[in-house]
This record gives sequence, C-alpha cells and structure tokens, in this order.
Amino acid sequence: MPKLTLPDSLRPAPKRPSETNGQANGAVKEAGISAIDWVDERTALTGVARWAMFRKIPKGTNWFYTLGSATMFAFLNQAITGVFLAMYYDPSPTRAYESTRFLTNEAFLGEFVRGMHKWGSTAMVVLIFLHMARTFFWGAYKYPRELNWIIGVALLILTFVMSLTGYLLPFDQRSYWATIVANNITASGPFVGPYLADFLRAGPDFGATTLSRFYAIHMMLVPAIIIGLIGAHLYLVAKHGTTAPPWLKATPPERQREDSA
Amino acid sequence: MADRRTTKSKYTADRRIPGAFEGETVTRRRFMSVSANVAGAVAVSAIALPALGFALGPVFEKKDQPWNPVGRPGEFPDDTYIPKVLTIVSGIGQAGKTTVYVRRRNAQVDTEPEDEWNQFVAISTRCMHLGCPVRFVEAASRFICPCHGGVYGFTGRVDGGPPVRPLDRFYTRVRGGQVEIGPRFSVNDELKRFSPRDPGEPLDGLGQYFYPSRPTTRNGPNQ
Repeated sequence: MPKLTLPDSLRPAPKRPSETNGQANGAVKEAGISAIDWVDERTALTGVARWAMFRKIPKGTNWFYTLGSATMFAFLNQAITGVFLAMYYDPSPTRAYESTRFLTNEAFLGEFVRGMHKWGSTAMVVLIFLHMARTFFWGAYKYPRELNWIIGVALLILTFVMSLTGYLLPFDQRSYWATIVANNITASGPFVGPYLADFLRAGPDFGATTLSRFYAIHMMLVPAIIIGLIGAHLYLVAKHGTTAPPWLKATPPERQREDSA
Repeated sequence: MADRRTTKSKYTADRRIPGAFEGETVTRRRFMSVSANVAGAVAVSAIALPALGFALGPVFEKKDQPWNPVGRPGEFPDDTYIPKVLTIVSGIGQAGKTTVYVRRRNAQVDTEPEDEWNQFVAISTRCMHLGCPVRFVEAASRFICPCHGGVYGFTGRVDGGPPVRPLDRFYTRVRGGQVEIGPRFSVNDELKRFSPRDPGEPLDGLGQYFYPSRPTTRNGPNQ
C-alpha cells in the first residue's frame, strides 16, 4: 500500500523569511490570541485552567483512573437528556403517563433520548460503584484525601436519591408500586419514619402533589446539590493529585539515592 | 499563653479609639458588622423559613376522609367478601382509587367488641408488609399478597410471610339504606383500633411506641 502523503501546502513548516505577516492565517491566529489575552487580563482564568489541567500524574496511571470522569460524563448525559425530556413531560398524576407515552412513541427521537436517560442512569450507578471500588482498592481514600471520600459517599447517596425519585416519573404500574414500597420502607424507620413518609408523599396517602414533589426533587433540588459537590470533588482532586497505584514502590529522587549509596 | 485581649480595657475610650464616648464598650466597626449580619440573617430567613414551611406543611395538615356509600346492606354476605372500589384521594384518577373488601359482621369469627362502626367489616387491600395490593382468594379463604408472599386469614390477621400486623380496616355505618365506608384505621393482633399507620409498622408490643400516630391521620369515625 502506498504511503499517503500530505500535499506540501498543508504540511506544517517553519515560516519562510519571505512570507511575513499579512497572511489571513496569521491574522486569525493573532485575533484568537488577543481575544484570549483580553479575557485573561480581566479574569486571570488561564492560571486556574493551567492549575486544573496541566498536573503531574504518578507513574503507573492507567485506564482505571478514567472511572471518575466516566461517572461525571454519565451525569452530564443525564443532565442534558433530562432537560430535553422535561420539555415534553407533564408531572400531573392524570397526564404523566400520557406525556411519557407521547414523548416515547411520537416525539422525534424521543425514544432514543428517553433510552439514553433510562439506561444512562443504570450506567451511572455501575460507574460510580466501579470508581468507588478503584478508590478503595488503591487506598486512595487515605490521608489527605478523606474528605474527598466523604464527598464521594454523599454523591453516591444523592445518585440513589435520583434513581429513586426518577423511577416514579413514567407513572406506570411498576413505578407507582415501586414508589409505594419505597415510601413504606421509609415509614418503617422507628420514630421519624412515619413523618418522613408523610413529608415525601405530602400527606398520609399517595396524593395529587406526590408526583410533582418527586419531580421537583429529581430535576431541581438534587441535581443542584450534585453539581456543587462534583465541583468540590474535582477541586480536591486537582489539589491533591491522583494516587499512584499501590503496586508501585515509592522511589526517592536520583540525587538522594546517590547520597545514600 | 495568656490571652492578650484580656489586658485591654473594655471601654473604647480607654483604648484611645477616636471619637469614643464615655462608657462605650462596642466599637462602631463591630456594631456595623453585627447589624449588617443580623440584617442579612433576617433577609435570608424571610425567604428560607416560608419555603421550608411550604415544604413541611403537609406533614401537619389533617386530611379528612369522606364517607362513601358502597351498596345496600343486603348485598353483603357474612361468609365471604365483596370487593368494592373506593376513591380515597380525589383528582388524581386511577392512582387515587383503592379496593376494599366488605362483608357483614359474623359473630362467630368477629370476636372484637361490637359497636356501631363494625356492623360491616371493610378490609383494606394494602399489604402490611410494604403496601402492595392483596387479593382475597375465595378457595383458600385468605388474603394473599403478590409481592413478597404475605398471607392473611379471613379476619385479616397474619397467617404467614413478612407482614407485621393485620390488614387495615375502615369504619363502616349504615345511612339512608346504604352501607357507607369512612376513614381508615389500623389494628393490632387483638384487632384493637389505632389511628392509621403505614405498612411495615408493627403495633404489637413495643411497635406501638416506635411508630407514633401522625398529625395527618388522627381521624376517629366522627373526624
């Protein structure tokens, strides 16, 4: 097979002394740089971006380190598809099922977007557990990263809250009875359980506002908290750096090794 | 290490603060920052407290359950149940309906004390394990739950499986030639009446203290 070669005009090459400024290419590049400079002079954002993105990572970093980002992208998928599902969904007990049916069967690509949201939620739960297992088996929860583990556990619980509240929204038989059962499990906690269940249902029985309550929790309250906690989680990751895999022995810098020899 | 602030006088005049009044102990800077913080707290509370009350309000709001006629007294035998569909929450379509099993009181099986509210026995289909709908199986003369295998006898007492107490009941009365079904109540194993509890909450022994009654459902038959 003959080797494919780029035409000379597209090959990156140092500028000839003869082709000075005045080229369109150079002008665009200049404009881009000056626009970034304009923003940076007023916000100092490039320093923050450099701090967050150009970090030293330990030797032995491998694909397991992508599980956290994978979980975050699963969340972003849920957020984006969720916004579009909300355009069709109607959280009233008499309209919820019908609007879900409409967006699944009749809206253009609705089945695909709903499928992304439904299967994406399962993917997010699986990924968050794999990410947690990686952190646990690498010992990456140890000093000074304990707080990040705690934030991660809060994010895990909030992910479960999302799964629970989202399950009711299609309002078919399965989601209705699953929510009844979940509410009654809540109620069976001693002393506070009965009141918590009344709070979730907004009354003693599954009523007119239960569905809208779950909807508000699902699409506003919990996502806002999750976004805030992901921000804190990422800040601490950038602050501490990632952990080296446990099978790598710590090696002192070369100069020290020479000294001790 | 000694606290250095204790060596300072509490009077602003002694600390040579310009413009200090005699006997003044709070600096103007401190007064300003405290009052700005208090004003901020008041402003935040003005938004947060009503919002919190709005979300928590339903926990304290009593919901009344109206009496619903379900049929003439002659319709109901005393040796089996007739299913009747009842609307317990209005305005939400099918989700607000529930099935109730009704029969005439039978002195041979109903040993609890007789009064004006139990001439007809109305048994709720809400399973007392986790709230799935039970059905009455005529051949077995038992209530059976499809979810986790709860089994109840003819009077609604637990025969087997995970349920923690007998099936809930409803107050019944006869008005204008019609059997009417009223508010729900829960019972313990002796069929003693309690205000309605959610499923999964035992009412025998310590259970009745672990699961107190709620402000939303403190209904007697007279409401």
